[in-house]
Amino acid sequence: MRIIRTVTLALSLCLALPALVGASQPSPPQPAQEEFVPLDQLPPEAELPAAPMVIAAYVFVWAAFVVYIFSIAKRLKRLEADLRTLEQGRRGEILR
Amino acid sequence: MRKYTHILLGAALLVFALAPVLIHRAPYESTMGLVQKIFYFHLPGALMMLFIALFAGVMSGIFLFTKKPWADHYALAAAEQVVLFGAMTLVTGPLWARKAWGVWWEWDARLTSSLLLWMIFIAYLLLRRFGGPGSDKLGAGMALFALANVPFIYVSVNYWRTLHPKTTVVPNLVPPMAGPMWWAFAGFVLMSLVLFALRVQQEEQRARVEALYLAANEG
Repeated sequence: MRIIRTVTLALSLCLALPALVGASQPSPPQPAQEEFVPLDQLPPEAELPAAPMVIAAYVFVWAAFVVYIFSIAKRLKRLEADLRTLEQGRRGEILR
Repeated sequence: MRKYTHILLGAALLVFALAPVLIHRAPYESTMGLVQKIFYFHLPGALMMLFIALFAGVMSGIFLFTKKPWADHYALAAAEQVVLFGAMTLVTGPLWARKAWGVWWEWDARLTSSLLLWMIFIAYLLLRRFGGPGSDKLGAGMALFALANVPFIYVSVNYWRTLHPKTTVVPNLVPPMAGPMWWAFAGFVLMSLVLFALRVQQEEQRARVEALYLAANEG
């Protein structure tokens, strides 16, 4: 039983060793790109998708408008509350 | 005033609702493809930022020399919109640049001076919010300084080396692209007018409330 375990371990190590060594060694140098590659000839994985950029830009513009409108509405509410306080104060003075 | 605001708001919403259809129908630019569609919101946003910064500077000048409160209200409302449209320009621009130029940002004269203009108006708003008495006059001085930056931003692409397109792009746009661009610009102008009217109205009311508070405290 012990022999089987030892052999299995040795085999596993033998199989795993090249992979471990390969992972620690740098990959062979790629040949340098020597000429200009037009954008439309790039492989699909090297291209940056345009749609998320366009969508993000349009969403940001709309979000900016909405946030600004909400901020105006919030300030308007505060102003109305101030006016109400002033009116109540005035009424209180008249009643006195 | 309110009646006109409602009409303007309706028109702005109509223009904005139709804008995506026109932008979708516009032809693709040959080298950039889909990402160039950002142009239809980026350029109107940038133009609005520059025009409104000019307006804010002029109103601040009027306020400094005549002390008319309405000019200060106009300048403050305009300054907020410079920050709003500036944010749109400075966010949509890099999204476009990342795909078209391969970088998010270039520290060239156009981009850097635009960022500077935006930061000056943020400083203006912070000053108005937390500056206390006298911040209106200090802010007006700042807006005048920003006004001087506007022509520089516009012409900078023609004098310094940059990746950014030059000012000749817009006059040379083909009609199928120029139409949606000016349509989107009209939408921005209408929306800006609505927000401006609301903000000025609010600022006038705030001044009245402040005056009432002062009167109540003195009484």
